[in-house]
Amino acid sequence: MSLEEKVKDIIVEKLGVEPDKVVPEARFIEDLGADSLDTVELVMAFEDEFNVEIPDEDAQEITTVKSAIDYLSKKIQSAE
Amino acid sequence: MDLKDKVAVVTGSTRGIGLAIARELAERGARVVLSGRNAERLQEVVEQFQKQAWTALAVQADVSQPEQAAQLIQKTLDKWGAVHILVNNAGITRDTLLLRMRDEDWDAVLNTNLKGAFHCTRAVARPMMKQRYGRIINISSVVGLIGNAGQANYAASKGGLIAFTKSVARELASRNITCNAVAPGYIETDMTEVLDEKVKQALLGQIPLGRLGNGKDVAHLVAFLASDLAAYITGQVINVDGGMVML
Repeated sequence: MSLEEKVKDIIVEKLGVEPDKVVPEARFIEDLGADSLDTVELVMAFEDEFNVEIPDEDAQEITTVKSAIDYLSKKIQSAE
Repeated sequence: MDLKDKVAVVTGSTRGIGLAIARELAERGARVVLSGRNAERLQEVVEQFQKQAWTALAVQADVSQPEQAAQLIQKTLDKWGAVHILVNNAGITRDTLLLRMRDEDWDAVLNTNLKGAFHCTRAVARPMMKQRYGRIINISSVVGLIGNAGQANYAASKGGLIAFTKSVARELASRNITCNAVAPGYIETDMTEVLDEKVKQALLGQIPLGRLGNGKDVAHLVAFLASDLAAYITGQVINVDGGMVML
């Protein structure tokens, strides 16, 4: 499974939304109905799945599906 | 107040109010994690529980240490896969007048009573959020509401617990996690036994119900708050004090 698919799976599971709503430009709060705790849970789920540490200041920037995918790809590349 | 199969962690449960709470929850069917710093006493208590055929796990932990608090919760999850109830009860006193209070007296009391509750609550927040269920009960004190000469450190820690309770209640309410504080008055325990006889008599004069409280008086309220009957109560402070403090 690609990173993109894994990220989408986590979002679908954590936010309880339909997979077809999880498009790159979708915003977690405005478009996918997340609240502030959901976004924290999402970031923690990303950390677990990809075995990375996401500092708070970075987490604040992860607000859309695309920003999550971009951030995590970069993070994993730099770790390799 | 059926707590059948609920998993409850009670900190500082080897004696006093904590032990009374642990017994009450176990009696009502909960699986109880007993915790304290003293391994020997912990062993004695867990044996008492086994004699009653109550389900219990003992974990030695000093909750003022973040790793030990995290481990207490992790061991609970490893054993039973869930944690439904957390009772932050662990507390110590280092009573002395302000003028004579050393930094160590202040830090020791704040680190166990207030920071310890923070450590344990942070550790249960995630599993409770995931399971969309949680009952967090912080054992404060009426001293946290009205203050007490000779207990600036203890009163500050217990007042801090009340503000902490209200913040946690607001933060986690959307996940069906409630957080309340219980404020005992003058309860007969090892902690209050050391008080001077004159002080005891003076305190007694301020209690409308005319008697000291016991651990069970507090434990009954905790069992209620931990049960499904208290589903719509969060962010509250409830006194168990024989009417000593009425605000």
